[in-house]
Amino acid sequence: MMRALTAFLLTIALTVAALAVAVDEKPLEDPAKEAMARELMKELRCVVCQNQSIEDSNADIARDLRQIVRERIAMGDTPDNVKAYLVDRYGDYVLLEPPLKPTTYFLWGSPFIFLGFVVYMVLRSRKKPVAPAPLSAEEQAELDTILGKREDDA
Amino acid sequence: MIAELGHFATILALVLALLGATVPHVGIARGDSRLMAVADNAAIGQFLMAIIAFGALMYSYIISDFSVYAVAANSHSAKPMLYKIAGVWGNHEGSLLLWILMLTLFAAALSLKGRKLPQRFRTRVIAVQSALVVGFLLFILFTSNPFVRLDPAPFEGNGLNPLLQDPGLAFHPPMLYLGYVGLSVAFSFAVAALIEGEVTPLWARWVRPWTLVAWMFLTAGIILGSWWAYYELGWGGWWFWDPAENASFMPWLVATALLHSAIVVEKRDALKSWTILLSIVAFSFSLLGTFLVRSGVITSVHAFANDPARGVFILGFLVVVIGGALTLYAWRAPKLTPGGLFGLVSRESALVLNNILLSTFAGVVLVGTLYPLVLEATGSGQISVGAPFFDFGAIVLMSPLIVALGFGPLLAWKRGRLPRAATTLLPALVVALVVGLFTYWQTAGGVVMTAFGLLLATWLLASVAMEIAERTQLFKNPAGFLRRLRHLPRASWGMSLAHSGVAVLLFGITISEAWTEEKLVIMQRGDTAEVGDYSVRFDGVAPVTGPNYTAIQGHFYASPKSGGADIMLEPQDRLYTDPVMNTTEAAIHSMLSGDLYAVIGEAAGGGRWSVRLYFKPFVVGLWLGAAMMVLGGLLSLSDRRLRVGAPKAKKLSAEA
Repeated sequence: MMRALTAFLLTIALTVAALAVAVDEKPLEDPAKEAMARELMKELRCVVCQNQSIEDSNADIARDLRQIVRERIAMGDTPDNVKAYLVDRYGDYVLLEPPLKPTTYFLWGSPFIFLGFVVYMVLRSRKKPVAPAPLSAEEQAELDTILGKREDDA
Repeated sequence: MIAELGHFATILALVLALLGATVPHVGIARGDSRLMAVADNAAIGQFLMAIIAFGALMYSYIISDFSVYAVAANSHSAKPMLYKIAGVWGNHEGSLLLWILMLTLFAAALSLKGRKLPQRFRTRVIAVQSALVVGFLLFILFTSNPFVRLDPAPFEGNGLNPLLQDPGLAFHPPMLYLGYVGLSVAFSFAVAALIEGEVTPLWARWVRPWTLVAWMFLTAGIILGSWWAYYELGWGGWWFWDPAENASFMPWLVATALLHSAIVVEKRDALKSWTILLSIVAFSFSLLGTFLVRSGVITSVHAFANDPARGVFILGFLVVVIGGALTLYAWRAPKLTPGGLFGLVSRESALVLNNILLSTFAGVVLVGTLYPLVLEATGSGQISVGAPFFDFGAIVLMSPLIVALGFGPLLAWKRGRLPRAATTLLPALVVALVVGLFTYWQTAGGVVMTAFGLLLATWLLASVAMEIAERTQLFKNPAGFLRRLRHLPRASWGMSLAHSGVAVLLFGITISEAWTEEKLVIMQRGDTAEVGDYSVRFDGVAPVTGPNYTAIQGHFYASPKSGGADIMLEPQDRLYTDPVMNTTEAAIHSMLSGDLYAVIGEAAGGGRWSVRLYFKPFVVGLWLGAAMMVLGGLLSLSDRRLRVGAPKAKKLSAEA
């Protein structure tokens, strides 16, 4: 147990290990290309992190990926080319936006499925009420006294 | 000895909870009020036992008793006292014990505060609450016991992840847990109502304040976590849609929906069955969230599989609680008498729309969070579901919500008039369109989303103002305006404040996302860099020593170009010793206009350092907006209408 725990903590330490700002990170000369690279970085997952993009992670792999993105963009690749290049190496896992394919149909369809389901549940809750049972003579008398009282107040 | 005391108290709490979960139902069946009273006594008893157990664990952390397993695994003698204490709940076992402490706290509070509820109903509620306590205690005792001893005891503990050694994160879990667990009250009320087969406006009047309390803690807990990510991770990001965040966001969404639907039950006796369902779902999300985060299943499916005992218990518990409650719902809900009717255009309908959108969004977040796990577990490949997916959901579902939010408060109950509300809101619409179009034009047609975000936020803020103006007849009858303003009920102020909080939050998100300036530079002493309206001078680094870390501290002076005093920024790059880990401590200077944010990175040789500087405009809006939401909740909570039993409560609500 202890060993497993130590191993676990070590893994965390290694993966999360914040190695701070890399020295060799320089923005691209061309601001348009740099902007394109930065947009792309937001869509790529730092593969060892919890849903962080490579744009905001300290992990080594994120730094390496940033470098690759900048290199590729500088060479004139389109963002789609760069994505395809990375997907070849890391699989769909590297894309923060899951691609639309048979295994993700349900995912992308979920907003509409849930919307339909929720609307159904709410409407069900709104069904027409049954007419209340008529008052008994006793109740009617009581009601009259109460209402009578009200009128007196007013 | 102390740890054994804690262990013993945990077992005793289990016995009491078992009694409290069963005997009272027998009492109700037999009409025996002495047996029913067991619920109250057991609730108080469990709470006391939970205090002893939690206190014993905390004591073991404070004195660094490494013969106790949980302490050895998560603490260290050199850790500052605050983090020794926070370390108690910074791990699976301790956080579960904190859960139990809060669960029993709410049960005891129900028993003490609920004296005015009919005894039969109160007994049911507390007994259900006790049943939840049983589940958690079984889980702790059989799979996650923090009091297990180690022999031989290690000489030193493993320490707490340095990223978690932070004041923001020390208080984040307790806040969040108060929120999660607070929703258990709504759950217990719902289950009790299903058993009793009756939901009345009184029921909603009881459920609402408890839900409101839970919602306030959830909101505060989530924003505290977000704030932590913002300053501790060193990149200025505050929301990553990571599974842990989503786990807390889902119950928040449903709790928000529940807050609003309970109003409909309270005022109009409608939507009862739906509100019951929401109460069940809200707490189910709390359970799911806790287990998702604490079982390790979201870090990896394999971590979960490594410890099958826990995994199986968790799944079983979820099935019993959620499945059981939903089965009860399916069986009993159709028997609930349907309540008041309302037209398509009415306050009720607006609240229904709110509920539909919030619950749908919660469902989307759920699918997005679990989808990668399910795909991986079934061997259908690995994918990531990240910000682009959730942002899509948020924009599609939350934009209409904000549009509707402007109208809702202006519509009358039962049958509202849209043209009339639209006339009132015309100025808000005009202002919002002007702001949106101006932004669009200013940014040269670049960013549609920025313009859209500002448009929505302006619309919301302006329509809240118009609603107050309408309510106080500012334009029709200005003479009595101040008097009427003073006499607005607190609940109405609470609503306005919370809704404007949403607007401020949206301003914060949109503005900071759109106009953040970033500089990535290598600097040496005496260099300056420009960011925002500031020129930042680097004045070298100096070593610093903390209790359990050493650090390099950079010195920066930012001088505003418009003149004014220099701002000192001192970011650190820390190296913790136990466990060994590097963290960045960003230096942040917050102003209403924006945050100056500096991070010091690696040495580049020759006295040069890599540095990241940001100017993030109006990030404060995020924290401010959330604070307004929480304060709005507090204000609403203090409304006398919610002080149940206050003799005039009914009369007041009839007027509102």
